Amino acid sequence: MTSREDWWYDEAAGPLVRPYAMVRGRTRPNAPDLHLVTQVRASSFASDQTSLTVEHREIMALCARPLSVAEVAAYLDVPLIVVKVLLSDLIERGDVLVQNSSPKIPDRNLLQAVLDGVRGI
Amino acid sequence: MVFVGSDGQLIVPTAVKIVIAGGFGTGKTTMVASVSEIPPLRTEELLTEAGVHVDDLAGIEGKDTTTVALDFGRITINTKVVLYLFGTPGQNRFWFMWDELATGAIGAVVLVDTRRLDSSFPSIDFFEHRAIPFIVAVNCFDGSQLYTVDEVRHALDLDEAIPVVLCDARDRESSKSVLVELIQHSMNRLAAV
Repeated sequence: MTSREDWWYDEAAGPLVRPYAMVRGRTRPNAPDLHLVTQVRASSFASDQTSLTVEHREIMALCARPLSVAEVAAYLDVPLIVVKVLLSDLIERGDVLVQNSSPKIPDRNLLQAVLDGVRGI
Repeated sequence: MVFVGSDGQLIVPTAVKIVIAGGFGTGKTTMVASVSEIPPLRTEELLTEAGVHVDDLAGIEGKDTTTVALDFGRITINTKVVLYLFGTPGQNRFWFMWDELATGAIGAVVLVDTRRLDSSFPSIDFFEHRAIPFIVAVNCFDGSQLYTVDEVRHALDLDEAIPVVLCDARDRESSKSVLVELIQHSMNRLAAV
């Protein structure tokens, strides 16, 4: 039997068919501020999930604990751009909460916390 | 770790990051692996063949695309702060990824293999030009140390203010002390501004 991966893989289209199908023609994330380390987490008040795709539900399950966008992409094994599109759907629905990092170098208090944390591992 | 505040609200932590840079084969992923609480993960960005970042999937199915892989690890500092360690992509043509990695980073560790010092020049240039705090860590692979810290500093033409340390990227304690050195350097830089 052909595996799911093989089924999607086509010589001419290459490995992009699956990601492209997953976003169902939507081409860019509506939430533009999703970066590699942006933290996402499933809301405890998530709406009815019956209309969601398998991939959306996988993301909701993964995000039961806070994760970065990069971690979600790695665990789902899809390119970052695809995860960003899927995540922005969930953010729009209010199903996923977001915490962006500052583009500036962290302040002294935050650095001290990181220093203590790294020393403690 | 329970990510729920005392009022029962869900906590979405703040993320910070450290970039582990250096030439090909200097031990970047090894260092990430030695301190990360999870086995290093890999994530992929899509690029066109010309090396342009894909931030829109429109028409992507008709274009020749390639991917650039990023290896990273994670250290949960506490319920409110998570640290990520990102290895830079091996090929220097992916500079746009370096920009995203470096934005808002605590700083960078430039790993150096003394047998191929020149392979670390592009990394050092990158962080110097963007005024991003960095330290140089000489990865002593086989325990044999060919040069002293001063010799490496001189060969790399480094400013006196840039810390240079010896390490073994395979060793957790050694890699930890490199991170501590970088965070302290970053704090000193902050105090000096």
